[in-house]
Amino acid sequence: MAIGTGCSARPGKSRNNKTGSWRVFRPEFVHEKCTSCGMCRIICPEGCIGENEEGLPVPDYDYCKGCGLCAEECPSEAIEMKKEEK
Amino acid sequence: MLEITEGSHAVADAVGKCRPQVIAAYPITPQTHIVEALAEMVANCEIDAEYITVESEFSALSACLGASAAGSRVYSATTSQGLALMFEVCFNCAGMRLPVVMSIVNRALGAPLSIWNDQQDSISLRDSGWLQLYAEDNQEATDLHYLAYRVSEDHSILLPSFVCFDGFILSHTYEPVDTLTKEQADSYLPPFKPFQRLDAADPISFGLFAAPDYYMEFRYEIDQAAKKALSVIPKAGREFGELFGRDYSGLVEGYRMDDADCALVAMGSICGTVKDAIDEMRDAGKKVGLLKIRSFRPFPAEEVKKALSGVSRVAVLDKNISLGSKGAVALEIRDALYGSQTPVYDYIIALGGRDVRKKDIARVVSLAEEGKGDLFYGLRDEVLK
Amino acid sequence: MNDEAACVLFDPGHRACGGCAAAMAARFILDAAGKDTIVVSSTGCMEVFSTPYPETAWNVPWIHSLFENNSAVASGVVASLKKQGRKEKVIALGGDGATFDIGMLCLSGAFERGHDFTYICYDNEAYMNTGIQRSGATPYDASTTTSPAGSCSFGNSRPKKDLPMILAAHGAPYVATASIAYPPDLKKKVEKAINTPGPCYIQVHAPCCTGWGFEGEKTVAIGKLAIETGLWVNYEMEDGVVTKVKKVVRKPVEDYLVEQKRFRHLFKPKRNDAEIAKIQALADRNAEKFGIDIKLKK
Repeated sequence: MAIGTGCSARPGKSRNNKTGSWRVFRPEFVHEKCTSCGMCRIICPEGCIGENEEGLPVPDYDYCKGCGLCAEECPSEAIEMKKEEK
Repeated sequence: MLEITEGSHAVADAVGKCRPQVIAAYPITPQTHIVEALAEMVANCEIDAEYITVESEFSALSACLGASAAGSRVYSATTSQGLALMFEVCFNCAGMRLPVVMSIVNRALGAPLSIWNDQQDSISLRDSGWLQLYAEDNQEATDLHYLAYRVSEDHSILLPSFVCFDGFILSHTYEPVDTLTKEQADSYLPPFKPFQRLDAADPISFGLFAAPDYYMEFRYEIDQAAKKALSVIPKAGREFGELFGRDYSGLVEGYRMDDADCALVAMGSICGTVKDAIDEMRDAGKKVGLLKIRSFRPFPAEEVKKALSGVSRVAVLDKNISLGSKGAVALEIRDALYGSQTPVYDYIIALGGRDVRKKDIARVVSLAEEGKGDLFYGLRDEVLK
Repeated sequence: MNDEAACVLFDPGHRACGGCAAAMAARFILDAAGKDTIVVSSTGCMEVFSTPYPETAWNVPWIHSLFENNSAVASGVVASLKKQGRKEKVIALGGDGATFDIGMLCLSGAFERGHDFTYICYDNEAYMNTGIQRSGATPYDASTTTSPAGSCSFGNSRPKKDLPMILAAHGAPYVATASIAYPPDLKKKVEKAINTPGPCYIQVHAPCCTGWGFEGEKTVAIGKLAIETGLWVNYEMEDGVVTKVKKVVRKPVEDYLVEQKRFRHLFKPKRNDAEIAKIQALADRNAEKFGIDIKLKK
């Protein structure tokens, strides 16, 4: 059957929905100030903050909605919210 | 093995031999004897099932839904108010394509409160996506449970089933019933193979919501599956007949229909009375036959049309009423006969357990001959004044 | 606990509002529970934002049936797993409307029967999915669309139902409250609940920026203020006895109230000291009941 029998679906499909398009403000990560405490990665409601090879946080802008929680909760004030330019 | 047993106990015996892995049920008259009997089987380790004593029928079917989705064969039984309480879950089971099988011990719906038989309860779930099979006697009620599991669990169907039989008239009546042995049951009904299940090793999301871009397609597929059952039920019924000598290949079944002038149409235990009445009428020279509807959902319109093609009038006995309209069976028959000139008369009969005798059937035939139909049969005078 | 796992088990692309506490809760819960978990969701915000067909965000087996039956569905799942000899953990997830109100029958039945599952309520204190109507979890004086503040109303006229105590009274071996503002604590409680045999309950405070009226970036800050004012108490109960409580240096309740539009009528057009005092009394009662106050040395 072409559609998922019984309204079922396989995992991974929500990734097709790029919620980054919702963003009005964009978090910019100032790595010089970052202590790699991991707070931003823990609390992000999208779970879309990864880390680079140095263990510094890197957001996935495909999904980041720009809610600003990471910037608000960052103990080092290492995330700045900038108006999105589209 | 032929045994004289109460209908409920014969059904419970068959259900046990269908090897349900999870049973969830709630007591309600006249269904209770079934789930009591099953509880006893579990207590004595005669069947290997988890038995959940839920706090309501709503939870009974919800628990069945969960257990079915997790990969178990499930069973519940209910009637009337209990089925009404399950309404929402019924639509869910069908929509989620879970092959739940449930006995419906048909009973009237309140108000007024009535514990007695009619078929308003299951008929009111007509549009839910459940297959609905109706039994004439306890033998058929018993056998249809095996059939229902076979059909529901068929991966081309994956729809839940009601096995409907009349409360008290069948459920509390002792009749001789030929019960299958466990080996016979196993030879007909293979172990449950879920089409898909909740499983951490292979995760799947079940029961997503559908926006307007998908909703209709899901409904279409349920409808397609129900219509597919029009061929799967006869096949499963034929195989049952080949193994055990009782053939259920007919979605409908004719009785003395070959040269019938007037056809009665009915479902459930009333068919027994109708057959006896027909025999008497035949003896008196009246060409009357019966078309018994075994499968109400899916509705076998083609078979009905074919079976009724030679008659000059049809009298439908409806143990239900779509208030403000007609009996549900009559509406189906009229639809099936659309375009033909055969008149279809509807008789709302035996609601809330009112007894029907052979002479009532003869009277209905006379009314049809007089062209009088679409009425409640046998009402007290005070409401007609 | 592994942060990475959270991303793996609950995918981005879901349609929660920016700054959604329920989305955070879903991540924390799965992070703690791990992949061998079956989730039974009730209808509500979390279900809707995470599963518009076919875009599921769940990477664990997940099922949604109805608004009010997740406990009963979970009962069936647990029974089925038991029969099959399978070891997955079962978590029923519901919002406060599904849990406190419409699902109470199924919830009570499932807890009384003692099924081995964990029920987690993400409590955003109103029916958010339908547009912010009061529920049995809505706090005193909160303005919702069905308990609006008006010229003769101060908002919701009843205090929050004490559901954790009700479930503890069912004999639940483990009952806890938690908050998305304290993720490690929440995760620890989830781990404890799923590893405790029998029906366990966790009620997670989930501040809703849309429903309560604050900016999404403040979700965690609001959650912390609820705890710091004593209006929400994080505690654990084992076999009906409170065994652990988060203690705080309490702030006045208005620090919490003033940040939210749902309590704006208590401050504008003029400050309503009498009503604020009643809410302060609720916090004081919590403080006394649970002994949350840290006494500062003078």
